[in-house]
Amino acid sequence: MKEHDAIIVGAGHNGLVAACYLARAGLNVLVLERNEYIGGAAVSRQLYKDFTYSNCSYVCSLLRPEIIRTLELPKYGLQIIPYEGGCTMMRDGGHLAVYDNHDAFRREIARHSKRDAESYERYARDVMRQCKFIKPLLMREPPDPTSFRPRDIQELLYLGKRFHNMGEQRMYETLRFWTMSAADFLDEYFESEIVKAHFSGSSIIGTALGPRSPGSAYVLLHHYMGDIDDTVGAWGFARGGMGAITQALGESLKASGGSIRASAPVEKILVRNERAVGVRLAGGEELFAPMVVSNMDVRRTFLNTMDESDLPPEFVRQVKNFKIRGSSGKLNIALDGLPSFPAIPPGSPCIRGDLHVTDTIEMVERAYDDWKAGRWSQAPYIDMLIPTQIDPTMTPNGKHYMSVFVQYCPYRLADGDWTPAKRQAFGDTVIDTIAQHSPDFKKLILHAEIRTPWDIENEVGLTEGNIFQGELTLDQLLFNRPIPGYAQYRGPVRGLYMCGSSTHPGGGVMGAPGANAARAILRDASRGSRAAH
Amino acid sequence: MVDAVSSLTHFKQPLLKTPFHERARELSQVDSFIPWAGYTTVDVFTTADQEYFAIRNATTLFDLTPMVKYRITGVDAESYLNRLVTRDIGKLKQDRVMYCVWCNDAGHIIDDGTVFRLGRQEFRLCTAQRQIDWLLESAVGFDVELSEVTEQIAALAVQGPTSCATLKAFGLQGIELIKPFETRHFTVEGMNIMASRTGFTGDLGYELWMDPQHAEQIWDRLMQAGNSRGIRAIGSQALNIARIEAGFLSPNVDFVSSEHTIRLGRDRSPLELGLSWLVDFNKGHFNGRRALLQEQRRGLARQLVGLDIDGNKPAVNSLLYLDKAGNREIGSVTSAIWSPTCKRNIALAMVEAPYFRLGTSLWTEIYLNRELVWERRMVQARVVEKPFFAPARRRATPPADC
Amino acid sequence: MNGGTYDCIVIGAGHNGLVCAAYLARAGKSVLVLEAAGQVGGAAVTREFTPGFKVSACAHLLHLMPADIVSELNLAGHGLKLASRGLSTTALRESQSPFTLDAAGLSAVSIRDAAGFQAYTAQMRKFAAVLMSALDAPPPRLGTNELKDKLSLLRLGWKLRKLGRRDMRELLRIGGMNVYDLLEEHFETAELKGALGLDATLGTNYGPRTPGTVLSLLYRMACEGAAHNEITAAQGGMGAVCEALAASARAAGAHIRVNATVSRIVVESDRATGVVLAGDEHIRARTIISSADPKSTLLGLLGTRHLDTGFVRSVRHLRGKGLTAKLHLALKELPAFRGVSTQQLRGRLLIAPSLDHIERAYNHSKYGEYSSEPVLEISVPSIDDATLAPTGSHVLSAIVQYAPYDLKGGWDAARQKFLDIAVRRIETFAPGLSTSVLASELVTPVDIERDFKISGGHWHHAEFAFDQFFMVRPVPGAAQYATPLPGLFLCGAGSHPGGGVTGLPGRNAARRIIGMN
Repeated sequence: MKEHDAIIVGAGHNGLVAACYLARAGLNVLVLERNEYIGGAAVSRQLYKDFTYSNCSYVCSLLRPEIIRTLELPKYGLQIIPYEGGCTMMRDGGHLAVYDNHDAFRREIARHSKRDAESYERYARDVMRQCKFIKPLLMREPPDPTSFRPRDIQELLYLGKRFHNMGEQRMYETLRFWTMSAADFLDEYFESEIVKAHFSGSSIIGTALGPRSPGSAYVLLHHYMGDIDDTVGAWGFARGGMGAITQALGESLKASGGSIRASAPVEKILVRNERAVGVRLAGGEELFAPMVVSNMDVRRTFLNTMDESDLPPEFVRQVKNFKIRGSSGKLNIALDGLPSFPAIPPGSPCIRGDLHVTDTIEMVERAYDDWKAGRWSQAPYIDMLIPTQIDPTMTPNGKHYMSVFVQYCPYRLADGDWTPAKRQAFGDTVIDTIAQHSPDFKKLILHAEIRTPWDIENEVGLTEGNIFQGELTLDQLLFNRPIPGYAQYRGPVRGLYMCGSSTHPGGGVMGAPGANAARAILRDASRGSRAAH
Repeated sequence: MVDAVSSLTHFKQPLLKTPFHERARELSQVDSFIPWAGYTTVDVFTTADQEYFAIRNATTLFDLTPMVKYRITGVDAESYLNRLVTRDIGKLKQDRVMYCVWCNDAGHIIDDGTVFRLGRQEFRLCTAQRQIDWLLESAVGFDVELSEVTEQIAALAVQGPTSCATLKAFGLQGIELIKPFETRHFTVEGMNIMASRTGFTGDLGYELWMDPQHAEQIWDRLMQAGNSRGIRAIGSQALNIARIEAGFLSPNVDFVSSEHTIRLGRDRSPLELGLSWLVDFNKGHFNGRRALLQEQRRGLARQLVGLDIDGNKPAVNSLLYLDKAGNREIGSVTSAIWSPTCKRNIALAMVEAPYFRLGTSLWTEIYLNRELVWERRMVQARVVEKPFFAPARRRATPPADC
Repeated sequence: MNGGTYDCIVIGAGHNGLVCAAYLARAGKSVLVLEAAGQVGGAAVTREFTPGFKVSACAHLLHLMPADIVSELNLAGHGLKLASRGLSTTALRESQSPFTLDAAGLSAVSIRDAAGFQAYTAQMRKFAAVLMSALDAPPPRLGTNELKDKLSLLRLGWKLRKLGRRDMRELLRIGGMNVYDLLEEHFETAELKGALGLDATLGTNYGPRTPGTVLSLLYRMACEGAAHNEITAAQGGMGAVCEALAASARAAGAHIRVNATVSRIVVESDRATGVVLAGDEHIRARTIISSADPKSTLLGLLGTRHLDTGFVRSVRHLRGKGLTAKLHLALKELPAFRGVSTQQLRGRLLIAPSLDHIERAYNHSKYGEYSSEPVLEISVPSIDDATLAPTGSHVLSAIVQYAPYDLKGGWDAARQKFLDIAVRRIETFAPGLSTSVLASELVTPVDIERDFKISGGHWHHAEFAFDQFFMVRPVPGAAQYATPLPGLFLCGAGSHPGGGVTGLPGRNAARRIIGMN
């Protein structure tokens, strides 16, 4: 009856990463994907003729280099190109650009504050110190602090030792950093509003926090943890859009003997005798494997795809309490040409990076207040990119694709469900916001795909459209992620595993949860086979 | 607004040009420029060796403008600086200069530089790296005004055995009377020039501080005045050889500012850098004092020393060992050159306790690239006194032939 | 001018200064307490705000001071009388009758919540007790090789482990959470969640959605637990508590001087050796302990020239701008709150109809505005305490949030407006209240700063937040009460564990100083 060693539910990047590692270890792996295309939220799709969109995720920074290398993704077509800069345009027509060149960037900040230009070095240093501490933890399984198992104790000691090795002063800095708000953190470095506003952006992307919420400084760091070619904190484009990552993973998987079935929505994870034994597809077809690995978020996995009676009640309660909130929307726009942004100096490479229009922290915080009240931000935080300046293959020559990530946008509106009219109104708010900084922008729009958290949930399957499969707050990090006591990728029934961003170290196109889960699975598998012999 | 934006050039040309830039370009034979503190400056004009020998033999001009300059004034200017640096600024008399270092709370060096006392309540601080953030933070609670004046002051180092004569011929009457670390103001054809008897070469030499508007004119006149005294412009490479011979430290080479280190244990204290003579524990509180006292009680974990190394291959980036087999690593070289004047293979190196004692013998691991084939040599070295070269003329007042 | 020599000088006769002085004196030290004001108490003082009407200027209920401090210092023997005990907490509701936060009161509102409340309270009190073991001692330093630091960490770890696996996990999970989510997990009644959420945000720069509010709630519950979970009011208001503390300290041999403003701390050979008073009197001591807030102490009384720049930077970045105002009303008669019994009126009345309501009130404060619809904790202390108001008349004392220190346009222009808003808000629950008002006062954070010399006018001196808590409170390098300057210590609310009339920072500091000799 055994057809496969492991079934992976969901062909998102983490599901594919896990599958690749398992297949390379010799397991017979099947990945099931409910959509007709693979990739989950890391996809490139053509919704408008000859235009390729990175429909959901749009920046490749966090994907762990060791995964790219081990799974030979470049061989299967993946190429990552770093950003050349970035820019926040101001309401008064001014701007703050980010430049790769150290001196150019210093002089750019100095236009706004001479002191900030030099404080930036202290800022970069401190962020880097924290990154150095955290980065090795990304690819490790968090310990259970309540357990006395040697592995957990060993891992706790490892954590303790790494922490201890930072030295007294930096340990305190770390304690503060992990718990403070981005606004307070930035206040300790900068005096200029525009500088603070620019850096605060990454503290809120994908989370239901405002820049003044304690814990947002950690989110800021989470977005800095990526590295491209050893440049820590660098962000980049995937050539051909984000789908290139999952396509490469898919190819790598096939090359190691794994298989993928698209258009195969899993309706139920089957449990017999307190053991996961396989899945039932929407059509009724049942597939069996001794290991079932869910790439879906924990809410979807345990509340929608399993029978509550198969799970411990306490666990179900905890899953229900797992915080997973839609806070962001996305616009993908086909443009007839490159829009002009009068605030950006002609010839400046910063236009080839991430562009923003929120020029004070207060603006970002007010955008968050709208979300709390159940409406989309009236003056949203926007993270927009025109990747076709770097990768012209995504559109016909001379045309452009613009990716617009929008924060905040609630999953549930205070005034009732999302409707097509409301979705359009949300899109208009965003387009109007951009048009305030680009006079010809509206004229150039050929097509716009507008995605609310509701759409993201429905199409991608991310609960509430949360891009991280769960908030990155202190109560849901490390050994608390996703559920205290279940942070080691194993579910509450034997044979069931989790490999999505709901697990440590969390979201972003990082692949670490998938790789860590695969390691846990293989350890169990070898223990199992040893026991069988 | 749009006009202001289109006039931005820093993303096209991130590096600034000093007021001497056009003159330097004219003299540059090898077109070798390097960035230094946000400016583009000359690494080598002709060859480093020729330029170096001019430092020890004639007169050299080195464009110092990128040195970061701060103006510090106010009732508390003296107490501010005293809390900032490790030396006693109270002992710095008007028209004199002090070489200083300053530390963070942990007693680790942020930077070194020179403090000029221009008046009772007016000072100038010259450093290699920008640090307004730290300087302003240190000003909390002090009645001082602080501003960066780098772009307002052009600076030129005039160094070498004939520098005094050159300057005298240039028009600085009485220059021969100023003692090491003294400054004096001159007017030459209506141009105000401040001269200080300071430098980074360990030789006789002066530094001139002037209005950038007069920079080219002064350069030209100096070249003329020094023509018969072998004057030539030099770049950073030549200066680097001279400063290692003189045992001077270079930031980001011999130490990294504690404001910039990311890894633990990479910071250096003035005691470790062999600069305990700059630390005055009796002057009252200063940044890092409590930590340095503790370090003094504990004893040093490592110290920067001079090395005399066998052979003639510079031990650049070499690791140091206690034994020839290379089993016990005890430090590393921070700066190394073949000293053309001393005819010795010298280096500055950070060595673990207790091996930094004078006379200790140790081994350096040197890699040689011989026609693309790398060879590894274990070469014996000894801990020796610094400076390696200290001619009497650097202190003589008045200098010979002046 | 020479004012003598002591073992210890305590700057400020607030409750923490007095607690510290009392413990030091009991340990045999010669102690001098110097207080700038004309009476002891600092912000824990009872003031006559209009002729005949007296009220506690800041905190108005006694429920956070650990019972062992009260008994060790024998406050009862030194004149502390309780006007009322076992006070209840009642949540007022817009259109329905109010309910008291206990099993009986809640069962009238929601059977589910009534049951849940018991379980929730029991669990939270258990967690609070673990936290208390950390609050009750000087925080350890990290990365040292000292046994006492390691033991202290181990002790905390052991307390956590002893909770058992399930509870330990739960505490580790909720510890960093916001109270909004926590309460949503447990309860359905909006006003219950509002009332509990208010407790978590009182005196802080937090809305219920702010992560860290569970910690501030646990902090409050930990202190309450150490005070045997009983809300009381002191006869004569909070000032009477400090009078008793002062009497206890005096009895142990401490000298207390009022009208003695310290103008600076004297440093000799890198050691604090005394203080100079306004008027130039110089008093020497081996140890100087300041109960003033860290910024005033370190940047003001001491001065930056005796400190390192990095440390000054941390002190400067210490956040401590208050958002809590106090409303005092002199009333012709006993106020009548709709549906509120006399028994309920003697206790705490809360106006915080829902978590979202508190959050909206908080939103304003982020942008330098006062809440358009503030949240309040109300007490009418004169019911049980005849010393506070003329017979038949009453005082109403209310904590009002949010009233940010940094109000746009300043408080002088806005004080009356916000006072009116607060009164109107109370009046919706107590119709006709305004016609009974004889006199009124609104004490804003700016007033607290001016009257009690607390920079920023914050109850906790330094914002109660994760990044300013435990071993980083107030800042690394001064978290064990000793400052970087030998001989100078902190013992105020800005030090571990924090504010509220607990006396814990004062006792911890005293223990630390005694332990060092």
